[in-house]
This record gives sequence, structure tokens and C-alpha cells, in this order.
Amino acid sequence: MEETKVYTVSIYTENNIGLLNRLSAIFQRRHINIESINSSVSEIPDVSRFTIVVEMTETQINKIIGQIAKQVEVIKAYYHTDDEIIYQESCLFKIKSDLLFEDRQIQNIVKDSNSRIVTVNREYFVVEKSGRKEEIDQLFEDFSTFGIMQFIRSGRIAVTKEKLEVSHILNAFNH
Amino acid sequence: MGIEEVTLSENNRKPKATVRISGSEAIVRCLIEEGVDILYGYPGGAIMPVYDELYKYQGKIHHVMTRHEQGATHAAQGYARISGKVGVAIATSGPGATNLVTGIADAQIDSTAMVCITGQVASHLLGSDAFQETDIVGISTPITKWNHQVTKAADIPKVLAKAFYIAKSGRPGPVLIDITKDAQFEEFDFSYEKCTGVRSYTANPKSDDRAIANAAELINGAKKPLIVWGQGVILSRAEEELKQVVEKAGIPAAWTILGASAIPTAHPLNVGMVGMHGNYGPNVLTNECDVLIAIGMRFDDRVTGNLSAYAKQAKIVHFEIDPSEIDKNVKTDVAVLGDAKECLSKLIPLLDKNQHEDWHQKFKDFYVLEYDKVIKGDLHPTKEGLTMGEVLKEINRCSNGNAAIVSDVGQHQMIACRYAEFTTTKSNITSGGLGTMGFALPAAIGAKMAAPDREVVAIIGDGGYQMTIQELGTIFQQKTAVKIVVLNNEFLGMVRQWQQLFFDKRYASTEMTNPDFVTIAKGYSIEAKRVVKREELKAAVAEMMASKEAYFLEVRVEKEGNVFPMIPTGASVSEMRLE
Repeated sequence: MEETKVYTVSIYTENNIGLLNRLSAIFQRRHINIESINSSVSEIPDVSRFTIVVEMTETQINKIIGQIAKQVEVIKAYYHTDDEIIYQESCLFKIKSDLLFEDRQIQNIVKDSNSRIVTVNREYFVVEKSGRKEEIDQLFEDFSTFGIMQFIRSGRIAVTKEKLEVSHILNAFNH
Repeated sequence: MGIEEVTLSENNRKPKATVRISGSEAIVRCLIEEGVDILYGYPGGAIMPVYDELYKYQGKIHHVMTRHEQGATHAAQGYARISGKVGVAIATSGPGATNLVTGIADAQIDSTAMVCITGQVASHLLGSDAFQETDIVGISTPITKWNHQVTKAADIPKVLAKAFYIAKSGRPGPVLIDITKDAQFEEFDFSYEKCTGVRSYTANPKSDDRAIANAAELINGAKKPLIVWGQGVILSRAEEELKQVVEKAGIPAAWTILGASAIPTAHPLNVGMVGMHGNYGPNVLTNECDVLIAIGMRFDDRVTGNLSAYAKQAKIVHFEIDPSEIDKNVKTDVAVLGDAKECLSKLIPLLDKNQHEDWHQKFKDFYVLEYDKVIKGDLHPTKEGLTMGEVLKEINRCSNGNAAIVSDVGQHQMIACRYAEFTTTKSNITSGGLGTMGFALPAAIGAKMAAPDREVVAIIGDGGYQMTIQELGTIFQQKTAVKIVVLNNEFLGMVRQWQQLFFDKRYASTEMTNPDFVTIAKGYSIEAKRVVKREELKAAVAEMMASKEAYFLEVRVEKEGNVFPMIPTGASVSEMRLE
């Protein structure tokens, strides 16, 4: 059996309504769970970039990339393993304020984890942390003894170590 | 008619002449600009402005009202498959749009160029659960090559130009354009320019000379090469190139169901059909060849049987336009990406002239075996009860192999594909990938309209016929001279065959109590006859084929006939059963 790995899929697309549906349908149809998904503008004007994290075999991811790449409004699709990318996730914790003043340990956790207090008021304070999933998991564990009122983590965003020559494809079309 | 002409310049740099018209008129003008002469559809609230324009333009574009929107899509498919042009279907919002879904899915899996236009509620009503509102763009996303919703009239020309370009270029497929009613009413300055490219989409991958050279080397070195070609050959109009490859390198060549007719049935190197009910030789010898050359086919599971025992001994060369098909089901040794016509024409000069007589003889030997066990009984039965095969034999005799055969789905389809003799390409029109019962009758209408000079014979089972039987109304109204043959065994025959073989003859919901089909056809003023005895068959088929008008022929065939040979599901091509 071929081993499964975590793959980060980066997709450059036209910025069109319905494309998210079209991309997610490719995974849905094959009964594949998406670990995380992010969509934003890219470095190229009017071009969007999706970052999708999935766990599967390399044979599977190759086929999936083929299906994604053939969608008319997809300019280019790539997949990478964790060691081929620089990646981050971001998260927010909402915690009761009284704990912040009563228990110094919370402030130590914030300092040691390189997270940052975004806002404080009488009822609650909000901590933000960007990092890898494991770091955020650790922070969640550290805070959980104090009672987390709300927690949210973003999808992974990633840039690749290799050059992605998407602009070349677009320039080639224009000439 | 007093409709002002728009002059369209070929040169993109010249300023375009514009004319102020409504979105709905623009839709019709776009269709005319794309060379659409016939479209199929059904009117309704959200598409009425377009129908009003179709009324005004009826001298220039012919709208065929089918009796159900599904029929419109299949008619558009039949039109596209026989002509190589884009088929067009049009429907209203809501149920009109959802009734298109089966045909769209069929066109997607069988790579048929089709543009569907649906009306939609006015843009301010989107998402309000308005009357006949449905999210057809969402619904059709996974079954279209591309789809798009238009809410502004000014977007119509660009979007429709792109729709036609995408539908027909590269690996063809269906495109759906949903147009809100307010965009149909809105006026704007219209001009039209054909689409020549989309920056995020590569229609034809550039052919790679090195890959072609590698393919040639493998083929030249092969002792037992086998070609399996598919519809890609027909779609890229590469029939002549394929024939040259086959003849120069002396390679036995077999076809998938959608590839049928690209090379005439009688060609000496045409060794028949692959797949579940294909011919014995090409299936069994797939597991004996040393180089398997797949051209414009996608290794569908009905072709390969058990993948882990499919052509494992062979080197695989795959000529394919769609990169996502490479290694999808069968791992290739040499992948040649690109248009089949272009790649094969580059391959021909690199091939050594060759013959593989001993190898070719094996196919002939297997044919003799298959003839004795199966074909003889199908085509020249001696027992009581008409066979589907002998009906095909009579049709072949009357048409000299020049008819286009439009088949539905089931036993009769397999028999039609096995025994129809083809002399002309684009002559086998059937629902291959999706297996859509009800396909044939409306598809035959589209095929006959696109090729009025050709004989079009629909071969349908009694089950599938009743799924779209209402299209007899379309034939009646349009006076479409299709020949309709219903092979009636009063069963859903293929399902019954499986019940017999794999479910201990528990015939759950497969026996059919059928109406009087002849009376029904006559109700639509279609000449009709029923054959129940062998001695009536010859004359009845001849009369049907000689008719200049639509003709319905019901043939009562044996109730529990089976289609053989057969590769049971999950079995390997080597395990094909002859009985």
C-alpha cells in the first residue's frame, strides 16, 4: 500500500463566481475530506490563489491535480509536501479577562508562545497566534485549563520554495 | 423581416459596428454567428423573451420544440455526434433547466460538444425562492466543462462566444449558460467577435516530438502490437491517419463503443470491439499483446474489466488530448499528449512498414471460435424466436452499411454495436459512458436533422423507448424521417440477463407489460408495423428502409435472449465468457 502524506495544493485561478464550488466538487465526488481551504488574491492582479490541504497518496494527488488543472478557469495547479513549502496558520482565542489578571501563567504562555494579545476589555481578552498547526495545538492545550470561550483557526496558507511561473503562462497567452 | 444586419469584421483590430438590441435578440444573433442552424428546446416563463426573438428570426434559425427538455439535450447530442458541430439546447428556468441535467451529464462523460442555454429568474429575485427558480449553475457544475450565469445583457456576446469555443475545442464537452430574465430584456450595443482562446485554458496540449519518437520505437519493436482506438479519433477527424498507421505498421486494431465506425467494419485489420460485450479476440488478446497502443480512449472500466489483470504484460502507449486521462486508470509507458490527428500524422513517417501475420491470425482464429459459439446463433438462428442480431443483419443488408445507427442502452445496444456494419465515420451514436436509457429516440431526431441525406436508424429496447416515447410528437410535427426499430422482448433485457446470471433468476421488476406500440406510433401518424415471425422480417425491414418518411418497426424478439460474449464485472478480459 502506498503511504499517505499531507499535501498542500496551490491553485491559481481566474477570479470567478462558482469556482470554489467547482473545485470542492472534485474532492466531494471522490469522497475526499479537505483538511483546510483558503482563498485569496495572489501576487498577480485579478488572479486568485486557493490553498487546499489534503491527506492522500501521491498517485491520488496526481490524479486530483489533473482534474483540477483541466477546469477551464484554473490557470495552474501544484501540489507540495510540507518540506517544500513555507506555511502558516493563524488562530484566535477568546478567554475570560479575570484570568488574565489573576493568573500570571497566562501572560507567560502568551510570551513563550510568541502569540499576541489583540484586545482586552473587562469581560474577555483575545490572543492571536500565527504558526504551524502543532504550535497552535500546543497553545490550545495550554489555554484549555483556563477555559476557552471561543477558538478559531484559519486554513493553511503557504508559499513554495520553488519558483512558480504563473505569470509566464499568462504572458505567453498575451503574446 | 426588417432586421438590421450587423457586419462583423474578421479583423479584431477594426472597431466593431454595433447595434442597440435586447439581450434576448443578442442571444439569437450570437447563435447565428456561431453557425447554429437548428436548436432544440422547450419554452417557458424565464426564457420567453428569447422565444419571441426565435419567432422573429425563424427564417434564419430553426427551433425544434421537443416534448421534454431531456429530449432537447439528446437531440442536440445526436446533432453534434453525426455532424461534428456544436449541438444547442435551450430551456426555461427551474424544471426546464433540471430536465436538461441527464443530457448534460451524458454529453460530459461522452465528450460531446453542446451548449445549453437556460433562462433564469430576474437577477433581483436570485436566491429568493422565486417561481421556477433553481440553482442550475450549482447543479450543473460537476457535469459541465464550463458554466456561467449572465445577469447583464452586455456580457452575452463574450460569454456565448466563449461557451462555443470551450464546448468544441480540445476535448469537447457541454457548457451551460444561465441568463437572467432582466438581462434578456435589457438593451445594449451589440457586436460579435468569435472567441479564439481563453488564457486559463489549453485546448490542445502541444505535441511532443520526442514522445512520438518513443512511441514509434516501441511500435516498431513490437511483435504483437494491438491498437485500441476510441472516440478521440472521430473528434479530431483523424480517421485517415489512423487507417494509415494501422496499414503501414500492419497492426490489428480494435475499437471502443464510441470509437466504432472510424475505420470501416470490413477493413481487414479491424478486429472488432473491446469491452464487456465486445469481441472475443481483441479482449482476450489484450492480455497477450506486447505493445498496447491506445488512441483517443480513456480505459473505461467497461473496456478494461479488472484493472489489476489488464494488459500487465504489455508496454502501454497512450495518445490522448486530456492530460488528466494519462495514468488515470492504466499506467502508461509512453504518453503522447495532443490532438490525435496531429500526433498520428507525425507518427506515420516514423513507422516501419510491417506485417504481423501470425499475430493477426490469432484474432482470426478467435473470431472463428466466437462465430461458432455466438455469432452464428445470433445472425443465423435456427431455433424459434427472433434474435436481435438477425434484425441488425437485415438492416445491414438494406443499408449496405451506410446507415447511421443510433442505439439506446441495454442488450439491443450491445447487439447493435457488435453487428452493425459501418462504412462511414460518425455513424454509431449511442450513450456510452452514462448509459442513458431514453437517449436514442431524441438523439436520432437530432442526427437526422443534421444529416438529412443519411439514413438514420434508431435501435431501441422496449424499456428505453418508453422513457422518451413522447418524442414521437416531435417526429410527427417536424416530419423527421427517422427509422425507429424497437426490439421488444418485454423485459429490461440487460438487467434480466444479470438477474439470470448473478441473482438466481429472481426477475425483480424487469418484466414489462407493454402497450400496443404500433397503435401508439399510428396515433402520431407514423407508419408502423409489427414483426413476430422470422419470415416477415426481411420484407418488413426492406419496407422500412425504403420509406421516405418516418417509420416505426416493432420486432418481437425472444424474451430471454442473452448477449455473449461477456466479461463479468470484476473479471479480467482474459476471463471473457462465450456462453
